[in-house]
Amino acid sequence: MNAENRENLRPDQENVLEIDHLTVHYVLEDETVEAVNDISIQLKKGKIMGLVGETGAGKTSTALAVLNLIPDPPGVIRSGRVLINGRDMLKLSKKELEEVRGSEVSMIFQDPMTSLNPVFTVGEQIAESIRLHEKCDQKKAMERAEEMLSLVGIPPERAAEYPHQFSGGMKQRVVIAIALACNPHLLLADEPTTALDVTIQAQVLDLMVNLKQKMNTSMIFITHDLGIVAEICDEVAVMYAGRIIERGTLDDIFNHTRHPYTEGLFNSLPDIDNRTAELKPIPGLMPDPTMLPKGCAFAPRCPYARPECIETPQKEQAVSDTHFVMCSAYQDPSFRIQRQEVFYE
Amino acid sequence: MSDTILEVRNLKKYFKTSRGMLHAVDDISFTLERGKTLGIVGESGCGKSTTGRCILRLIEPTSGEVIFDGEDVLQLSGHSLRERRADMQIIFQDPFSSLNPRKTVMQTIAEGVEMRGKYRTKAEIEGRVLELMETVGLAERLINSYPHELDGGRRQRIGVARALAVEPKLIICDEPVSALDVSIQAQILNLLKELQRKLGLTYIFITHDLAVVNHISDEIMVMYLGQTVEKAPSEELFKNPTHPYTKALLSAIPIPKVGGPKRERILLKGEVSSPIEPGDVCRFAKRCSYACEACQKGCPALKETAPGHLVSCHLFGSPGK
Ligand SMILES: Nc1ncnc2c1ncn2[C@@H]1O[C@H](COP(=O)(O)OP(=O)(O)OP(=O)(O)O)[C@@H](O)[C@H]1O
Ligand SMILES: Nc1ncnc2c1ncn2[C@@H]1O[C@H](COP(=O)(O)OP(=O)(O)OP(=O)(O)O)[C@@H](O)[C@H]1O
Ligand code: SF4
Ligand SMILES: [Mg+2]
Ligand SMILES: [Mg+2]
Repeated sequence: MNAENRENLRPDQENVLEIDHLTVHYVLEDETVEAVNDISIQLKKGKIMGLVGETGAGKTSTALAVLNLIPDPPGVIRSGRVLINGRDMLKLSKKELEEVRGSEVSMIFQDPMTSLNPVFTVGEQIAESIRLHEKCDQKKAMERAEEMLSLVGIPPERAAEYPHQFSGGMKQRVVIAIALACNPHLLLADEPTTALDVTIQAQVLDLMVNLKQKMNTSMIFITHDLGIVAEICDEVAVMYAGRIIERGTLDDIFNHTRHPYTEGLFNSLPDIDNRTAELKPIPGLMPDPTMLPKGCAFAPRCPYARPECIETPQKEQAVSDTHFVMCSAYQDPSFRIQRQEVFYE
Repeated sequence: MSDTILEVRNLKKYFKTSRGMLHAVDDISFTLERGKTLGIVGESGCGKSTTGRCILRLIEPTSGEVIFDGEDVLQLSGHSLRERRADMQIIFQDPFSSLNPRKTVMQTIAEGVEMRGKYRTKAEIEGRVLELMETVGLAERLINSYPHELDGGRRQRIGVARALAVEPKLIICDEPVSALDVSIQAQILNLLKELQRKLGLTYIFITHDLAVVNHISDEIMVMYLGQTVEKAPSEELFKNPTHPYTKALLSAIPIPKVGGPKRERILLKGEVSSPIEPGDVCRFAKRCSYACEACQKGCPALKETAPGHLVSCHLFGSPGK
């Protein structure tokens, strides 16, 4: 397909990624895990969306579905479309998929060892990925690989070492170097900096923001770190039990929090300016994803839950043009959650 | 009276590589009091996990002493080593890969219970396992579950229960909450604190999350390329960061607030030094904006700049400066 045709296929020129009513389940012997339930996401060119939420909420499954990489079995994509630059990833042939994965989308996996091969040196592995995307000789590719290594804070002379000789965070940086070396249009980063200290993390985040500014790369950034979200993302989607329960701009989510679960996340954070303050985790645990409640999945843990919450499925409501929340408490116009709105001068 | 449980003296671990010796841990010394928590932070690859593993003798240190309750662990072997090892346990970052996928919750925790030989009959062991599950907040009905059937928070609780089963005095926590979301992270941190209060446990807590380390630790040690660059009580470290690396580290913490005044971040420029044959220089010099001639000429020693506050930097502590 040439570039021109591809342009014509785009329903919305601006959206690099469109996820429409995606549902992903894992069908096991005697039960079904409802991992992703009817979610929709639009991501514009050059924007970074932070995807946050409880462990097991379905963040990784969402990212894997974008690449059409859900392990099957046990995974089944029950419904939905995933358009990357207008092409439905769920309908492409194997060959076309490989092409798109190589040139348009890269993913940084949660576990670095899934992307690293223990029998090749880290330099060889970065060079290999560079050679897949650029026509250049081995020597040139190796030079570029060493350059990428020093960009992620690893001395270039360590290119000749094997993954097992690297610490956890160093392996993670190699994977980041591989993903960034390809200059993708869309980058899916699954907790890419959890094993990094904050100075190296800042360096890596700068690299990503640079990529966004120079190449107009769009990103989905999965993380538990709300500090990182505040620093680099343009938009935020909060997932709970396979649904996006609140989404909006940074300002919407951080300063005008609407969903009780999002409020709970903010309350759980240790306060760096007050080390003795008691931590207030959300009580209880996420519902069993094989037996999701029929009403709001957060209701059993929600301090504001009313009988309706337990009985009726929740619909997404618009708070503003950019801000959406899935919580029925707002049908009562006087409802307010406690987290205060923040105003800065 | 001070009650020292662990004293590490001049601990070194070098790895052989094709281009020379890699100084992963290079002359680390510290003491730790019973019932306290020492936080270790530092650049990824600076030797935090290696330090922890050497203390437990999961890997053999190149040299040094690890004195645990008055006995040098590095001199022990056979039965007495096994005994001592049981006093020290480790909890890893990834509760998934550190748990045996073919063992149920019961089997995993029972393994630890059996190690001490205190509980012998099947009923005794099972009773103890249930007790431990309750301590860490795991429902009894999960006793026959396998790790893959559980979420990260529950898996990490198994890791904690397994460590506790051995009745250790010291637990090394190597990034125990990094993979968890903030709410479950808060639950596990509260659990660890409560266990410390109840059982008098001592912790070494390795993490990259500075808000977490500030919250949980009494003292914090900052490492850079195999060495300690600064060590101080937590409050003092955050109030008075002194080493240029610590300053950069604290300035780079992403703050979960939007729209407020932006903080000044100290950017580290310059090449990262290699831990392979690092030579007798300050290992931070290539990236340090204060580096002077002295920094290229010798590795600075740790000096006390305030009570309990140690810094290794040519700028501080030497008379006349
Ligand atoms: N291959 C699989 N087989 C069965 N269940 C799976 C599989 N992969 C994921 N799941 C389940 O699907 C749900 C969503 O998992 P997913 O990995 O997408 O969550 P996540 O939000 O990325 O969590 P985390 O923050 O822990 O990475 C979980 O309940 C998980 O146990
Ligand atoms: N088995 C090994 N062989 C060779 N080098 C090793 C080995 N294990 C660790 N190293 C090196 O030792 C140094 C310290 O590694 P270590 O895992 O202790 O770092 P860390 O501080 O725990 O880092 P992270 O924060 O990324 O986990 C690194 O330079 C690493 O490459
Ligand atoms: S719908 Fe009800 S239970 Fe769910 S978050 Fe809103 S108030 Fe809480
Ligand atoms: Mg995940
Ligand atoms: Mg480590």
